[in-house]
Amino acid sequence: MKPAAFAYAAPRTLDEALALLAEHGDEAKVLAGGQSLVPMLNFRLVRPALLVDVNRVVELGTVSTTADGALHLGALVRTATLEHAATVRAGWPLLGDAARLVGHPAIRNRGTVGGSAAHADPHAELPAALVALDACFHLRSRRGARTIAADAFFTDYYATALAADELLVAIEVPPGTPRTGTAVVEHARTHGDFALAGAAVTVTLDAQARCTGAAIAVFGGGATPLRAYAAERTLVGTTVDDDVARPAGELAAQACDPPEPADYRRALVAELVRRALLVARERAA
Amino acid sequence: MSEAVSVEVNGRRYERAVEPRTLLVDFLRHDLDLHGTHVGCEHGVCGACTIELDGAPVRSCLLFAVQVDGCRITTIEGIAPDGELTALQRAFQEAHALQCGFCTPGIIVTLEAYLRTHPQPDDDEIRAALAGHLCRCTGYQPMLTAVRAVTNSQG
Repeated sequence: MKPAAFAYAAPRTLDEALALLAEHGDEAKVLAGGQSLVPMLNFRLVRPALLVDVNRVVELGTVSTTADGALHLGALVRTATLEHAATVRAGWPLLGDAARLVGHPAIRNRGTVGGSAAHADPHAELPAALVALDACFHLRSRRGARTIAADAFFTDYYATALAADELLVAIEVPPGTPRTGTAVVEHARTHGDFALAGAAVTVTLDAQARCTGAAIAVFGGGATPLRAYAAERTLVGTTVDDDVARPAGELAAQACDPPEPADYRRALVAELVRRALLVARERAA
Repeated sequence: MSEAVSVEVNGRRYERAVEPRTLLVDFLRHDLDLHGTHVGCEHGVCGACTIELDGAPVRSCLLFAVQVDGCRITTIEGIAPDGELTALQRAFQEAHALQCGFCTPGIIVTLEAYLRTHPQPDDDEIRAALAGHLCRCTGYQPMLTAVRAVTNSQG
């Protein structure tokens, strides 16, 4: 199939992009890497009047670290950059590990971190990794700027807190904590396909190898990436052995509301959380 | 309404006017008469339309022609511009790594780019590099054999 006709604009500055979104609102769609949007256009699942191609807005494509050690990702940073950039690999390996699970190399060369977040597929790896890492999302519009926690950004299946005139411009990931291990584990029926379910986790240990904090984000467990806070709390003070990780996985699965076959997906979530926690614990030690 | 596009494809500059909804793969085939890049699934799954955009393999069914204004593209026709097969193409022929050939242009484009940065891949790495490409007649084992042949000969 071929897309229905649309008008096209390729702004070169953020101000121009925001002006177009302010003017066209719901009639416009933002085109970043296009690895989800263009298939939807080709299938005519979406028929926007205007495509606002932000690929020429250079300031959206940068990776940097802030004065307080956070990772600042322009929304247009490619998935392949997350996979390979030395800064990301060294300080935020969970993002690189999650990026490597996204599609195939040609998809990752083009897809973007902001596009993955804004598309908000509940089975996607990067949104879950960002939720696990307590990232915050910077949104801009002609009306102003606001910052929203990753956990609050995702609101429903393919739905986010973004207003029609707003653009996700950057994602900020807090600095890693010492003695923290991270892992992302998923189950996909075919390599490179979206996972049926998965988990992105972090585990922080103290000098005695006892857990001082953990994050569990499930993907494929319902309408949005889901933080399993109750399961996280059961890990604190433990050594995150199998007899702790297993019930934590089950607790995380109970918090999910997956699509059918729900029992199967819950069983997957329980097992994948368990595996991810054990890997993260090993990496933290 | 059409938009102007100026793009370098296989070392040659093309200036065209395109409708914004024209997919890059259709632009290459219909406007530039470069028929080596194939249209498969049109949603980024099969890899038949893979080209190099500014040095990186991408799906040309997931880009609009209007987006590549000012860019540099290599298609399968640019891999062996003089008609002389590359070592990888010869190895594909010798290892019977293609039958119908529909998927082959995308696979060659992907592998040529991959081998530039990974001259000595192991089998798992070769499989991972091939993973974004669907072949429905030959299967992947002869492709693996072909890649092994060129990487050994270069090593």
